[in-house]
Amino acid sequence: MIDGQKKSSIIRMFHVHKNYGAKKALANITLDIPKNELLFISGPSGAGKTTLLKLLYLGEKVSEGQVLIEGINLSRISHKRIPLLRRKFGIIFQDYKLIATKTVFDNVAIVLEATGKKRRFIEKKVKSILRTVGMEESLHSFPPSLSGGEQQRIAVARAVVGDPKVILADEPTGNLDEVSADIILELLKRFHTRGATVIIATHDKELIRKTGGRVIHLNQGYMQKITNV
Amino acid sequence: MKVVPMILNYKRAIQDILDHRFLSAVTIITIAISILIVSAFALFFVNANEIINSWKKGIKIIAYLKPDTPETKIPELKRKIQRMDGIRNARFISKNEAFQQLKKQMRRQSSLFENLKENPLPDAFEIRLKASFQNQEKVEMLATKLESFPQVDDVEYGQRWLGQFTNFFNLFRLTGYAMGGLFFMATLLIVANTIRLVLYSRQDEVEIMRLVGATDSFIKAPFYIEGLIQGAFGGIIGLAALFVSFLLISLSMERGISPGLFTIRFLSPGAFCGIILGSTFAGWIGCYLSLKQFLE
Repeated sequence: MIDGQKKSSIIRMFHVHKNYGAKKALANITLDIPKNELLFISGPSGAGKTTLLKLLYLGEKVSEGQVLIEGINLSRISHKRIPLLRRKFGIIFQDYKLIATKTVFDNVAIVLEATGKKRRFIEKKVKSILRTVGMEESLHSFPPSLSGGEQQRIAVARAVVGDPKVILADEPTGNLDEVSADIILELLKRFHTRGATVIIATHDKELIRKTGGRVIHLNQGYMQKITNV
Repeated sequence: MKVVPMILNYKRAIQDILDHRFLSAVTIITIAISILIVSAFALFFVNANEIINSWKKGIKIIAYLKPDTPETKIPELKRKIQRMDGIRNARFISKNEAFQQLKKQMRRQSSLFENLKENPLPDAFEIRLKASFQNQEKVEMLATKLESFPQVDDVEYGQRWLGQFTNFFNLFRLTGYAMGGLFFMATLLIVANTIRLVLYSRQDEVEIMRLVGATDSFIKAPFYIEGLIQGAFGGIIGLAALFVSFLLISLSMERGISPGLFTIRFLSPGAFCGIILGSTFAGWIGCYLSLKQFLE
């Protein structure tokens, strides 16, 4: 990779290993992800896709190697700065991870509340994002009363409301029907065109084919190949 | 890093309490029961202490004078005694007055006195002490000083009784503090465990907040406020329950269990506020202990 490309990388991984006891979850991963890329991490269950994403937002620490986010070495980051690092990411999970006891509005607003934004700004921004994902009618609903597709749209709204630089989506369509999956994919593409780097971990080859982009193939923790679809 | 406004933390805390009504109610009830136990003990201790103090007020020294003490020396001796440190008042009891008193007390055995040729009782001073001197060492010290007066023949102050009473009182006080401390510790642990259970039930919520970039202080703040609110409410409810029990008990005592023997008092406003502050603190410290372990 030439120097110019390295400078525009938002994420860099150098010989990263992750072990859970004796089990190797990731082995010798070296990777550069440029800003505003739409990247897929593909592979069967247990390949290490989720682990790789977790290493990026410090959901887990590397066993060996180094991860750099916008030049910040995650091995050297202090505990206090972890929240600041996480605000660079918008994370979408297969199981949505919404707070069941909070309304749709509160679930999305929490990201902005945590950063100390003013109430008026929060209301405006949350309503605007919910409009973008087509959920403005469900402002006062509670997540359990919504369908899986609707909940995932709320999760997308929560992921993007803080204008993150990177959107990490872990099997975002794994629990959804085709129509809902297409809506989520379209939303992710839309935020990608707005400037976000989007990394989607999925085993769904159809999803990759429909979207296109660079694909990192993982198998049993090893990076097998990189392809462009 | 921007600071989240405190008002928002209060709103979040109140919203969390409303969102988790059942768990909040369980926490408040747990605190209320713990406070009821602690304050019931405090009430017992305060009243028992009151009774013991009233007994202590009965501590007096009797200084018996030599038979040959001239009456003219009595006022001077009285002045000397009253000038001594720790003396509240000294009352002269002449041997005639003492004899009359004895006769009154032993009215049924009046025949015993008929055969007496002369009054066998000596003149004496009944000496009452200041509150700060109502303990064994100081009473003994005063008795020794009184004995050194040439007109004083003997001094009596219920030496054995006072010794036993002082030991009992010290033991009671020590036990009271130890029990109070243990009850308070138990309350803290119960509250901390209850809050830990609440935290476990909200583990996903905390995890989500961390993933969206919330700082530890943002996550902790509403829990602390909830702890304070629950602690204060628990304290108020516990004390209200104690007050109702107190009214019922004092009413039944007035009706006849032991009328007039002694009156029981409720906790003073100071103790009342202290217990509410204590329970509020217990709610906070319970939160602190649980969160510390939980967020690690």
